[in-house]
This record gives sequence, C-alpha cells and structure tokens, in this order.
Amino acid sequence: MRVENLHTHFMTARGLVRAVDGVSFTLKQGVTLGLVGESGCGKTILCRTLMGLLPASAKISERARILFNGQDLRALGEKQLRAIRGRDMAMIFQDPMTSLNPVMKVGAQISETLIHHLGMTKAEAHDRGVELLRAVGISAPERRIDQYPHQLSGGIRQRVAIAIALACEPKLLIADEPTTALDVTVQSGILDLLREQQRERNMSMILITHDLGVVAGRTDEIAVMYAGKMVERSSTKDLFGNTRMPYTQALMESIPHLDHPTHARLRTISGQPPNLIYPPPGCRFAPRCTRAEERCREEEPVLASEVGSEHAFACWRPVGVPVAETAA
Amino acid sequence: MPSAIPQQTSMPDPVLRVEDMVMEFRLGKREVVHAVSGVSFDIYPGETLGLVGESGCGKSSTARAVMQLPAPTSGKVILNGVDLAALNGSQLRRQRKQFQMIFQDPISSLNPRRKVSDIVEMPLVVMGEGTPEERKARVREVLEAVGLDPETSLDRRPFQFSGGQCQRISIARALVSEPSMLICDEPVSALDVSIQAQIINLLLDMKERYHLTMLFISHDLSVVKVVCDRVAVMYMGRICELADSDTLYRQPAHPYTAALLSAIPEADPGRPPQPIAMKEGELPSAINPPSGCRFNSRCPKAQDLCTQVVPPLEEIAPGHTLACHFPLTGD
Repeated sequence: MRVENLHTHFMTARGLVRAVDGVSFTLKQGVTLGLVGESGCGKTILCRTLMGLLPASAKISERARILFNGQDLRALGEKQLRAIRGRDMAMIFQDPMTSLNPVMKVGAQISETLIHHLGMTKAEAHDRGVELLRAVGISAPERRIDQYPHQLSGGIRQRVAIAIALACEPKLLIADEPTTALDVTVQSGILDLLREQQRERNMSMILITHDLGVVAGRTDEIAVMYAGKMVERSSTKDLFGNTRMPYTQALMESIPHLDHPTHARLRTISGQPPNLIYPPPGCRFAPRCTRAEERCREEEPVLASEVGSEHAFACWRPVGVPVAETAA
Repeated sequence: MPSAIPQQTSMPDPVLRVEDMVMEFRLGKREVVHAVSGVSFDIYPGETLGLVGESGCGKSSTARAVMQLPAPTSGKVILNGVDLAALNGSQLRRQRKQFQMIFQDPISSLNPRRKVSDIVEMPLVVMGEGTPEERKARVREVLEAVGLDPETSLDRRPFQFSGGQCQRISIARALVSEPSMLICDEPVSALDVSIQAQIINLLLDMKERYHLTMLFISHDLSVVKVVCDRVAVMYMGRICELADSDTLYRQPAHPYTAALLSAIPEADPGRPPQPIAMKEGELPSAINPPSGCRFNSRCPKAQDLCTQVVPPLEEIAPGHTLACHFPLTGD
C-alpha cells in the first residue's frame, strides 16, 4: 500500500474542513502500523479514504494517489472497487453492535462475503463460517453461527466482525478503534487475536487508536497524526525510545501510568486541538507547544527523516536537540 | 505495611456511609436484575474512594443509588449522619446541596437550550439559596475556579463548547452549591487523553480548594490510581476487594483485581502485553448470578467451595478488606 499526497476535504456550511491534509506513507506487506491521534485528527477519515468509504460531501485531491498492490484505487470504478473491498482489504469498526446487521444471523453475515467474493455455495460458506468463528476464538461455533448479534456479548460480536473481515484472506486489514467500546479484560484478548491473525496470514494491518498503550506492544510501526497531518512516524521501539515530535511526547506524558503517585498532577497539553477550517499557519501544534518559536508559527515543517534514519518527524525544534542546533 | 495505622483509633466520622445497599430492577413480571447486592463502604472527610470494575458490574447503579436517583431497594445511605434513603421528597431536596454528581457524557448531561449562566445557577435556584445578585456572583466565581472565562461563557449554550469545556461546566454546576460530597461517574471516559489530563488535574485542584470528599467511578485503573486514596473493586454487584490504592495496585489479593490489573495496556513497548490471569468466558448474567462467589466461573483459582459459599468481606490487614476463599499470597 502506498499513499501519496492525500488530501480529503469536506465542504460544510461553515467552510472547507481539511480533515486529511497532505498525508503520504508506505505500508509494507506483513507490517502492522499503529495510527495514533486524538479525536478529529483525521485518522478515521484517512482510513475511510483508503477503503473508498467516504460520504458524498468529501473531496479527495486530484493529485492524490492511493496505490494498493500497484493498482491506483482512485482510477477504479465503483464496481471494480467493490471487488477489492472486503476481499483484498477489509475493515473492522469501533462499535461491533452497529457494524453488524441486527436482523441477520451471524452465519448469514459471514456467508454473504464468501458467496459474493469467492463464489462459494451456501453449504461451503456455512462450513467455512464455522471454521472462521473457531479461528477467532469463539467457543461452540456451530451454535453461535445461528445466533443474532444481540444474543452475543460485545467481545464476541467484535470477534464475529473480525471473522467477517478475515473471511476472504485480505492482504490489508484496517481496524478502527477495535477495542474502544470494550472492557479492558476483553480488550487484550481482541488485540492479541488481531496480532496473531496478522502474523499467521502475513497481512498488513493498520490499527487506529487514541490509546498509545494499545499500540505499544502490538505494532511494528507507528504514525502519529495531528490536525490532519502526519507529524511523526517511525518504528514502534524508536518512537517510544527516541521521541522527536513534541506533540508525541506531550501525548505520552499526559497518560496516567500505574506507577503514577496518587494525587500528583498530570502533565497536560494546554488548549484545544485547532479548528480544521482555519488551521493555524506554520506548524499546527505550535499554539499548544512548549518548544515553539517564531519559525514554528510561520513556516510549516515537513515530515522528513534525518540522514541514515527511518524516523520521520515534522518539527523545527525536535525533542532531544538543543536550541542552537535547530537554528542552523 | 502502610504507615497509616494510627488512624484506626482516631478515625473521624465518615462523610458517607453506605450500609448493605441493594439495588434491584424488575424486568417484566418474574425476572429481577441484581445490579447491586449488599454493598457497604465508608468515605472519610477529604478522601476519594475509587470504584472500579467492568461495565455492568454495578458501579453506576451504586452511584445513582447513593444519589437517590432512584433510591436503593434496601440498605442505608448515611450522609453526614442523615439516612438519605429514609427521607421523603422535600426533605431529600433540602439535603441535595450536600451531594452532587458529575456524569460521563458532558454534552448530554447539560440542557442544550439553556445558557451556561442558567445551567450553573439552577442548583441554587432550586434550593432557594441567596438573592439573585448573590447567586450571579457565586456562578461567576465558580466558573472562574473551573477555568472558564465568565465574560465569554455566561451567555453561551453548551453546543458552543468542546467536550472538555462542557465537563468543566458540569463540574461548576456540581460545585456551585458547595457540596461536601461529589460523586463522579466516569467523568473523563468520554474525553481525549490530552483533555482527560486537564480535567483530572482540575478535579484534584477543586478537591483541595473546596475540601471535597469524592466517590470516583471509572473503568480505567490508571486514572483511578492518580485520583483516589482508596479503591474498591466491584464484580457483579458486590465489592470483592477494598484497600488503599498503593496496596491494591502493588499487591492485589483478589484474583479478579489481579486480572483487571494485568489487562491494562501500558505505553511501553519494552513491556510485552501481560497475559490475563482469568479464564476466558463471558460475564455471567445479573439476572441469574452464579451461586457462591460470583467470580467463580472465570476465576483461575476457583474450587468447589467457591461455587457453594459466598465469601464474606473480611479485613485481612488494617484497611484492606477482601472477599475471597483463596486469596493470592504476594510474590
């Protein structure tokens, strides 16, 4: 998967909302990318753009290219796109109750994909459905397959959604906040399942979340988004061990840890995320950044990595560099 | 051992004492949901008690029963020496200024058609406090305290504010009557991490400034650790462990507490995700809760005794109570 210079804008009554504003990245096969950021930073819109699941009011920039297995998805018609969506790329949504059809049995929802994309017969699809439910860790799949979503708990529903997504052995799986609606005790089970399936099938996966704790142990690479832009991207280990972007650092520091002393104040990021209709000039994080200087407010930094490093960040005054050096 | 043992002898009277509180909801003619089944705890002046557990374990029902929204099915809720559950409507209304609540969703808990000035003033109006001028002055004061500019915010309505700002308005509304007890039901769960930290700090500040005693409900154990002095862990309508937060997090004695703690994802790639110390399985139904210890169907240490006898909540160390037949022993 390769994305170049992607802009997704929405025309609203109040003006043009720049939800995704110039994002480029490459995702290799078999790699899990964590996409992190606060609500409204554009992470969900980015993934919906990749899937071609945008509302009609959205506009994707002309120059943008979304290459998937060497094919430009932008050049395909709806019919061709439909053949790829659900088969080669699949998505899991945040709320398993609303993403499943409440009046269809679980089995029928799995079979639907199999019959449509792989041309299976009903009986074949049923058997494969049982196998898939077993693969995602559901006990008594023969019984579950004849149940309706409301008869299942949240965790089981999300497992069903994963089974549907995996049905056609996709090459890319996009999981949009797959555990946000679930309890912590269920959360790690679902995340482990995703990681295990991703490895077993050598899929690429994009895991969207606002929780850095969720991506820390379960991704290979992380991209941090802020106000429609990618602001830092590196291997998971490097991002936590050698944070460069002040926003990423602030985000990490504002999470309460278990070893945090009781009643001690948390580090906060002052202010609010910017308005995406009139984003601030220069670096979009500058108004909330403690390291910001004049240049940050005037000139926009680009996402780039230092020589000999894969660690890219968009900042004039990165963490870990003294002030004098950045002025050069 | 924690050094806070001397308080045993000179313990002040609790602000809130909940005794054997039961909350049940009827479902149709025959079925009953056992949301809260005999919960007791004390909260002392200036203290914050955390209440944690999975969704559906009865945390919110406990909070609402304490608020008398609605009153519990049985049991006592004693606030500053008065049993709230025994009061009638108008007596209860007079007590309401003593205890206020903050809800999870900051936007739906504010009336969208009213101005901020009306929303925050309302508790004072209902309680018949002060003259209009005094009330206005109090509203401005409390808005400033929660970090909102009265000049720009008084005449606006909730939709003109972000989620974090709406939660500040909720906090202002709760504090305007100077309550002694503040009940927070998942106050930061709907907020983004950067805003969440701001609101947690604000609650800590307000607690100091107004000498608040708090009941703090959350499913996020890391948030609870920051805010609470003591923590009660609930499972299916019962408290299974209660201890000061350091002890509880360092050395959980109940297998369920240990399972909850192991499930927290830590933002540290060096620490691999911990396996959960709990049997796979769904939360049992609150209509037919399991016999004996309610955790027995998911507990890795469960034995026959656990399915037959309800473990009593007993003190295993000063200030540390536990309901388990086979507690975890350190190491």
